[in-house]
Amino acid sequence: MTTMRRLFFFVVGLFLALPLIVVAGVSINARQTLAFPPQGFSLSWYGQIFTNPEWRNALVASLTLAASSALLALLIALPLAWFLWRRIAPWANIFQLLGVAPFTLPPVITALGLLTFWATTGFYGQPWTAVISHGIFFVTLPLVTLSLGFSAIDRSLVEAAATMGADDRVIFRTVVLPLILPYLVSGYAFAFVLSLNEYIVAYMTVGFTMETLPIKIFNALRYGYTPTMAAVTVLFLVIAAVIFGLVARFGDLPKLLGAMSDER
Amino acid sequence: MRREPPQRLADYGPLFFPAGMLIVFFVVPFATMIAVSVFQREQGGFYTPAFVFDNYARFLSLFFGKVLGFSLFLAIAVAAACVVIGIPFTYLLSRSPRKIQIVWLVALLSILSLSEVMIGFAWSTLFSRTAGITNLFVWLGLMAQAQALTPSFGAVMTAMTYQAFPYTVLVLYPALVRLDPTLTEAARTLGASPVKAFFTVVVPALRNTILATLIMVFIFALGSYLLPQLLGRPQHWTLSVLITDQAIYQSNMPFAAAMAVFLVLVSLALVGLALYAGQQRQAK
Repeated sequence: MTTMRRLFFFVVGLFLALPLIVVAGVSINARQTLAFPPQGFSLSWYGQIFTNPEWRNALVASLTLAASSALLALLIALPLAWFLWRRIAPWANIFQLLGVAPFTLPPVITALGLLTFWATTGFYGQPWTAVISHGIFFVTLPLVTLSLGFSAIDRSLVEAAATMGADDRVIFRTVVLPLILPYLVSGYAFAFVLSLNEYIVAYMTVGFTMETLPIKIFNALRYGYTPTMAAVTVLFLVIAAVIFGLVARFGDLPKLLGAMSDER
Repeated sequence: MRREPPQRLADYGPLFFPAGMLIVFFVVPFATMIAVSVFQREQGGFYTPAFVFDNYARFLSLFFGKVLGFSLFLAIAVAAACVVIGIPFTYLLSRSPRKIQIVWLVALLSILSLSEVMIGFAWSTLFSRTAGITNLFVWLGLMAQAQALTPSFGAVMTAMTYQAFPYTVLVLYPALVRLDPTLTEAARTLGASPVKAFFTVVVPALRNTILATLIMVFIFALGSYLLPQLLGRPQHWTLSVLITDQAIYQSNMPFAAAMAVFLVLVSLALVGLALYAGQQRQAK
């Protein structure tokens, strides 16, 4: 059984790794060719991302968008999750549903809805519209992690604080916030990474005025391949792996992903 | 502090900002899209308010029928492939040591979050003539000459399975981790082989989970818009590609909106149908 399991894991792992290995190989080609195995060795394509103004601008745009939209998603999710945990208001669950909907439906629907909305209101193409669009699109992630975090809070702790005379504000700052901090951080991390990689919503809202890295790659694909694209792909993969690795290191990743029991 | 219903207006305070944002920037855009879907298209990419069903009438064309049929077929094929590989994989993963689980989960999350543009780029490289996998086959002596494997249906199908597989595992993971291990232990004690125990105990116990996962992955695959474009021929375009194409390149917003509304209805109807089927089976 162990051998079979290892073989199966190996085959699945190979399938998942193969395109990435080839991309990593392409990204270190010495000349501007899309060759594998790589011909020569050069890290200049990685340098390109930071030195070439076009790629650098796209990188800065992507990072700014991801950082601010993830923050917005958190600001929407936190009070909502707190309210649903603190109050008995079944009708308020509709907002939970609304928060999860954009992520469940095919993304092109949310993208088109936002496109018609920004076009109708006359703000189409403004960079800040992308922040709001992504903030709404990814609100699901902090909402899910925070709901999980709130449900894990032992209510007797809160009750003790209330008995001692603490009001909602004090309880939130001294009891609730420290307990949900890991969920706050991981919710932000998930939204950040996904926003960094998101294409269709960004493209439909600000595609003609602002280039994020995924948009830049797609536009560049039409004019042929450069190893810089491969370098960006590897860079993004590393960023995602580091962030999720940190979440796993400082939090409980299996639990965040829905495994309630923590035996083994 | 016990949970209590909100009493004063101030108790609703925390809800104002989230509710306002979700209504203004999700519900209203959704409604705008539905409204635009019945608007009249003007020359030059503009549209005027109207109440016409022309945009919906275009669904009755053979071309649209083909695109819809292909989209559904592709999404079903991808969902089936992912679930067939994903169930034994996730089952084995959930029985692995915690450290191994975490390494796999980080890797799966990283691939899942990878931009569709980048997945498309990676696979088109792997399927290319100059840097592709066929070079490896030539080197192994399996093929005489390196060749491009894209554009083709196989390329679209492979890349979409690649994209949806991590999602499948993460959807299955919670249910499989919580699956009572004594179930399989009992089967093993009674003399069933691990494979037999898997098929006779694990799979039946998870019937509803499997159905739910199939639907989730199906909708996920239905949303794929770049891979068919980057790796397929025009006949491999899906409804999502067509919506993007009409909205951006043909500047026909009303038609794009009508198709998007249709896509929502198809998604919701299938979810409803499958949930109903699941409940029926559970009731028996």
